[in-house]
Amino acid sequence: MIAIIDYGAGNLTSVARALRHIGVACRITKRHDEILASERVIFPGVGAAGEAMEVIRREGLDGVIRETIGQEKPFLGICLGAQIILGESEEDNGTPCLGIIPGRAKRFRGTDIKIPHMGWNDISVTSAHPVLQGVDARAQFYFVHSYYPAPEKQEDIIATTGYGVSFASVIGHENVIATQFHLEKSGRHGLQILENFCSWNGRV
Amino acid sequence: MLSKRIIICLDVREGKTTKGIEFKGNIDIGDPVAMAAQYYAQGVDELVFYDITASSDKRDIIIDVVKGVAKEIFIPFSVGGGIRSLDDMHRVLAAGAEKISINTAAVQDPDLIYRGARAFGSQCIVLGMDAKRVEKTPATPSGYEVYIHGGRTPVEMDAIQWAKRAQGLGAGEICLNSIDADGTNTGYELTLTSLVSGAVSIPVIASGGAGEPRHLYDVFKSSGADAALIASMVHYQRYTVPQIKEYLSQNGIPVRTFI
Repeated sequence: MIAIIDYGAGNLTSVARALRHIGVACRITKRHDEILASERVIFPGVGAAGEAMEVIRREGLDGVIRETIGQEKPFLGICLGAQIILGESEEDNGTPCLGIIPGRAKRFRGTDIKIPHMGWNDISVTSAHPVLQGVDARAQFYFVHSYYPAPEKQEDIIATTGYGVSFASVIGHENVIATQFHLEKSGRHGLQILENFCSWNGRV
Repeated sequence: MLSKRIIICLDVREGKTTKGIEFKGNIDIGDPVAMAAQYYAQGVDELVFYDITASSDKRDIIIDVVKGVAKEIFIPFSVGGGIRSLDDMHRVLAAGAEKISINTAAVQDPDLIYRGARAFGSQCIVLGMDAKRVEKTPATPSGYEVYIHGGRTPVEMDAIQWAKRAQGLGAGEICLNSIDADGTNTGYELTLTSLVSGAVSIPVIASGGAGEPRHLYDVFKSSGADAALIASMVHYQRYTVPQIKEYLSQNGIPVRTFI
């Protein structure tokens, strides 16, 4: 069973539908015991970092997320989930986040790009990872975000995408992997990454 | 590189896809769920469903359509038509839509954009705008006026000013429909699209007038549009999505071709 962490984010049902489509059982839950007992965990999200962190702390989910990652369970962040596993976010005048991967979420800047970064874009894999195995280099993925992950350590960057700057669109560390793009909205290539995650043992 | 998006629009009336000409007569052309699945397989980047059901007691049908579509396709899609409250938005999003498009309701209650963006995030809120070329007046200095009620009622608001205001209120995207071009199959309204796209920093979807792949090339090349809405050119099987993308790609427009 996969636990999809419920903290009131908007795209939980989309992620659940995508998992159902590839034949994987999942449960949307904020119950600590269910999250800790699950085989693997997905941490999706849309919306603002400040409000998300507030709910996460209020529900005691920050501790549960740290504990579940400590259990060496495969853990997947999607979109906002890829940002709030970092140390902090520039969003909402600076939001302290979970600090699972050192780094911060930065805002896109510049007058020559539209913000949010919305639409289908490439990824360029910088460090081979089991979850990206078999993904064609020509595949594009659906993004919609105004902030992007900027991990401190080069080794935590798995893939990059260009939009004004070159930013980390897939980050990971040990049993944690996170994509800035929406796997559940990226057609068959997104579903393939989800499938890869569902059979990943959490080791790199 | 970020691809330009091709978005197919399906007008849905009482659960059936329909196509109208210049906001007048409508004919039913198919089942929206089956059509969505087919366009998804062809590699469309996004879909929009406009509920044009007239009677309010049949509005719930669109929720079933959204649920059916969400089970079949794994790309973003938005829903517009008849959405007037946060509760309406919540129902559509919970049924599986990625975004909500508001048009008449946003003009009548601009704060709805703000409330929607605060509740669900800006990325969920698309401002749908119908605009028509008019005389330049103090109320419409750009020469484009906003219309509501499916393009039937002018509201003495300037299209450019409204676009900027909607962005300030939290709209994440603007779907800009030219009433003059809509249904003509002679190309997008490039001047209007350029003006709006240049005035805001959020993505703009050009809508109205597409009849052949060349029209998409023109709007991407010269107006700053981030996405282009198409309908009849694919609904009547004149072109397929791969044909359109192939044409654009060969002419140097970045599009998603590896599906």
